[in-house]
Amino acid sequence: MSRRTFMGYRRADGKVGIRNHVLILPTSICASDTTNRIAHAVEGCVSFHNQNGCSQVDIDRDVTMDALAGFAASPNIYGVLCVSLGCEGCQNDMVVDAIRARTDKPIKTLVIQQVGGSIKAIEEGTRMARELVAEADACMREEANISELILGTNCGGSDPSSGLGSNPLIGEVSDYLVAADGTSVLCETPELFGGEHILARRAATKEVGEQILKIVYDYEKYVQMFGAEMREGNPSPGNMAGGLTTLEEKSLGCIHKAGHSPINAVYGYAKQLKAHEGLVIMDTPGNDPSSVAGIIAGGCQLVVFSTGLGTPTGNAIAPVYRLTANKHTYEIMRDNTDLDASPTIYGPETMEEMRDRMLDDIIAVCNGRKVCAEVLGYTETALPHLCNYM
Amino acid sequence: MRNAVIIDGRDNVVVAIYPLKAGDEVTYPLPSGGEGHLTASQDIPLFHKIARSDIRRGELVVKYGEFIGQATCDIGQGDHVHTQNCASTDDLKDSQEVSGHE
Repeated sequence: MSRRTFMGYRRADGKVGIRNHVLILPTSICASDTTNRIAHAVEGCVSFHNQNGCSQVDIDRDVTMDALAGFAASPNIYGVLCVSLGCEGCQNDMVVDAIRARTDKPIKTLVIQQVGGSIKAIEEGTRMARELVAEADACMREEANISELILGTNCGGSDPSSGLGSNPLIGEVSDYLVAADGTSVLCETPELFGGEHILARRAATKEVGEQILKIVYDYEKYVQMFGAEMREGNPSPGNMAGGLTTLEEKSLGCIHKAGHSPINAVYGYAKQLKAHEGLVIMDTPGNDPSSVAGIIAGGCQLVVFSTGLGTPTGNAIAPVYRLTANKHTYEIMRDNTDLDASPTIYGPETMEEMRDRMLDDIIAVCNGRKVCAEVLGYTETALPHLCNYM
Repeated sequence: MRNAVIIDGRDNVVVAIYPLKAGDEVTYPLPSGGEGHLTASQDIPLFHKIARSDIRRGELVVKYGEFIGQATCDIGQGDHVHTQNCASTDDLKDSQEVSGHE
């Protein structure tokens, strides 16, 4: 086991957080502006815009419920103020039950139609939030081994430097964490296309291998319902001009984020991940705010995110640490980029030296150093749909 | 000075990290330490692949330690490897494993 440790918040349910936020949770879109105002009124609170939570068929609503419960259960969250309008599909008590199924942390509730409108709800909610923050402030950081980390990996705004430098670097970090008895999560199912057989060969069991092939097959079938094809014209003319020859090659550049470890499990969107499980896959869309949201709802305390062109994606619940191996992008998108990974391509550092530097950075972020997206307060969140609104 | 990279020790292609001209010496750091060398036989655009060794028609093209396609004609060491001489091959995906060479 690695001797690397970080200073985290050990929760009553045994999980270890790296932030100590109070989450003002909107159970539906109709509560989202209210939670935004409450979160801004009290330092120490976070919230996000929940576009869903109503007018959904059951199977679609269940995905939203998993995401909401997952955000609330994140070890980065001390406690939750669960706010609903009153008549939405994701009823306040249903969401509380879903959170309770994952964790026993403090939860307060507020129903806007019961307290009598937005202004009263914001007033009452602000008081409740203040109480929760006062309790959260009593929590102290304590030493924890990095084996407690569930690390999410993601890529967006990719260019040839991603597959060549930053994704292999993330792969090295992932392999290190897996060897240290932590958990690393690969996601973005549409980007596995063409590489799914390679991933399936790396599955720890035949069942896991079949699940990997199934999530890719199901995604393809889903898109075909709308007359669209995912493999046609892929790699794109732009990809080919950039030097990518085949779809396998393009996918390998993306799945290199998962290093070389065996794949131990496949999870549905926002399903609860486990610590100490090694490398796993979560079935998410490729859209960044949506894939990042899914793995954080699953329990990732931290997401590492490679980019070629530079992207802003952050999240209210967990830090999203961004790296690029494109030196030019690092220079011009420095506001949004945490690590210059270009030495992975151009030197002078070796891949191993860069891995150790990135691990040191990750520990610093775990200990409380804010990533660029946190400094800017970027929290864009998208929850995927299985079916259009009713 | 390095002007190409290899991603995995088993790869039979390396990637140009600067635009290269035919006749340029190609230098890349080896994962196990030291440097590999070869000569570019054609112009190589930035981030495109160069054959690290001869790859005969039908043999696998290996990058990331995995095959990314199959040679559609004989490829010589130093040649530009792209759509003109390498194609995706779905048939091989399930049955083949990559054997190591470094």
